[in-house]
Amino acid sequence: MESPEALRDRLLARFPGASLELVANGSPSGQVSFRIDPAFLREVARFLRDDPELALDQCSNVTGLDSPDREVVETVKESQPGAPGGPPVVTERKQTRIAPGHLEVIYHLYSVARRHGPVILRARTGNRTDAVSLPSLTPVWRSCEFQEREVFDLYGVVFEGHPDLRRILMWDAFTGHPMRKDYVEPDDYEWEPTPHGDVLAKARRHYPSAAAPGAAQPSP
Amino acid sequence: MMLPDPASTGLARVRKIEGSALGLRTPAFAPEEGAGDLLEVSLGPHHPSTHGVFRMDVVLDGERIVRLKPVFGYLHRNHEKLGEGTSYLGSMPYTDRLDYLNSMTNNWAYAIAVEKLAGIAVTERAEYIRVILAELSRLLNHTCLAGFLMQDCGCSGTPLMYAFREREKILDLFESLSGSRMMCNFQRFGGCRVDPSAEWLAATRKLVDGYGAFLDEFEALLSGNEIVMARTQGVGRLPAALAVNAGVTGPMLRASGVGHDLRKVDGYGVYPRFNFRVPIGREGDVYDRYMVRMLEMRESISILDQALRGLPGGPILDPKSKQRGLRPKAGEAYGRIEGPKGEIGFFLVSDGTGNPTRYRVRAPSFVNLTILEDLCLGHSVADAVIILGSIDIVLGEVDR
Repeated sequence: MESPEALRDRLLARFPGASLELVANGSPSGQVSFRIDPAFLREVARFLRDDPELALDQCSNVTGLDSPDREVVETVKESQPGAPGGPPVVTERKQTRIAPGHLEVIYHLYSVARRHGPVILRARTGNRTDAVSLPSLTPVWRSCEFQEREVFDLYGVVFEGHPDLRRILMWDAFTGHPMRKDYVEPDDYEWEPTPHGDVLAKARRHYPSAAAPGAAQPSP
Repeated sequence: MMLPDPASTGLARVRKIEGSALGLRTPAFAPEEGAGDLLEVSLGPHHPSTHGVFRMDVVLDGERIVRLKPVFGYLHRNHEKLGEGTSYLGSMPYTDRLDYLNSMTNNWAYAIAVEKLAGIAVTERAEYIRVILAELSRLLNHTCLAGFLMQDCGCSGTPLMYAFREREKILDLFESLSGSRMMCNFQRFGGCRVDPSAEWLAATRKLVDGYGAFLDEFEALLSGNEIVMARTQGVGRLPAALAVNAGVTGPMLRASGVGHDLRKVDGYGVYPRFNFRVPIGREGDVYDRYMVRMLEMRESISILDQALRGLPGGPILDPKSKQRGLRPKAGEAYGRIEGPKGEIGFFLVSDGTGNPTRYRVRAPSFVNLTILEDLCLGHSVADAVIILGSIDIVLGEVDR
């Protein structure tokens, strides 16, 4: 198979205007990946599948990745005019900035016909709250159907064009996306009426009146 | 099988099903204009034919299945989240619980992913031991599957009993080597945990030498059996193109006529040193899936024979290799092997700390379930049961 750089150049020539970035991998595995503009994701996927040299006919693995908002500390240099005739006074100031987070979906593609791979595609959502849509690749590879449902269920990525986007592992009435890094399990998720300090503290927090001394124990 | 309350549906005459008559998590089904009276049946979750806690929401037009939606997640414990909160070594025993019939291959797939991520070399002797254990695991899995499948066909007891007799012999080997029958926790990064003794190798040799005779007996009982052929041939045909597109792997893909075996394609471990063939099917029906597994077991016996003869000496683990407190450089790796059920892969992302930031399990039976509906449409409920049986799912792995 051609080198990742050659493939990137071929894709850029085929899809002018698409932003396509080769993501390096610091691990000895050397599995580099392509980060693709979501607007072009499905077209690029179709091309990779149908190109006779690549023939990436199998999408083996689909998975999500959560990058929460991060606090970035930056050092800002400010120069102010100093004493007349002297050099300007440079002060350094640290400021924190919130780097917005995103969700990412990763596709591992292989070719059964030509026995090569993986070619790894990644696409990012705009943020983690209201711009969480990505095009579904289920119309290209059927193997994405359940795996994208799982990413939707556990990460909250909404796949546009998916034929049957429902929760798959959690139940329908469930709220939240448990694989997100900032997911907090409910207070009484595994509440058990045993007299451990931790459990009692949790119970007091969750049922302030019932866990008071002398009150009847709440039923779990 | 649970049927809707006859009083509310007028004796199995469900006209239009609003949402789901029986539970959550199935979209509304609107029958086509002119279709007959439809019946919605919930198969499972507590039924032996579903091989665990698994439900199929089936809509029937007479005897014919017109829709089938698998519903699962009853065993979901967010295995992947647990992996993110544990050290690399700490996840190794958890992988046993994925496909709990084949903890040896789960361990190996995870070890391969970590070895790729951190660039760890595996010792020669350990590579052979891994092959021996993986092939024993394949024998165990396929033997059990044949037994389960026959049980699903309605041959109550006898084939399953013989299958479990042989399985127990392999589990005895696993137990004497690793200390546990099923939750072996055996592989380590760069090798494995226990060096097999000469007695263990002699016992394995004895089992391998006798396994062919068992398969002869088993196949004499089943492969040419008229009822088995009548029930399984032509049922649940899977075309090769759909199988590849739907990510189906393992014996199921090969039964559809695609010669794709990661032991050959990736040539991981020391598999390129062994001489073996990859059996493929032609029809892609339930019978072919059964037969491919039977033939694969013969090849496994041949691999085991070669591996036991060629087992080199030396250490099973580099004494300086790091297990606890492993901190791979920031990066990611996807490692996969040919498990008995198909491609089992682990995708790991490291940020340079002692825990992976992402720990993903690519479970073969989860992906293989994608085309269950396609296989069952037009067949009867009794056929859906054996089609599901021929996919070979384990819910520990599907639900994770």
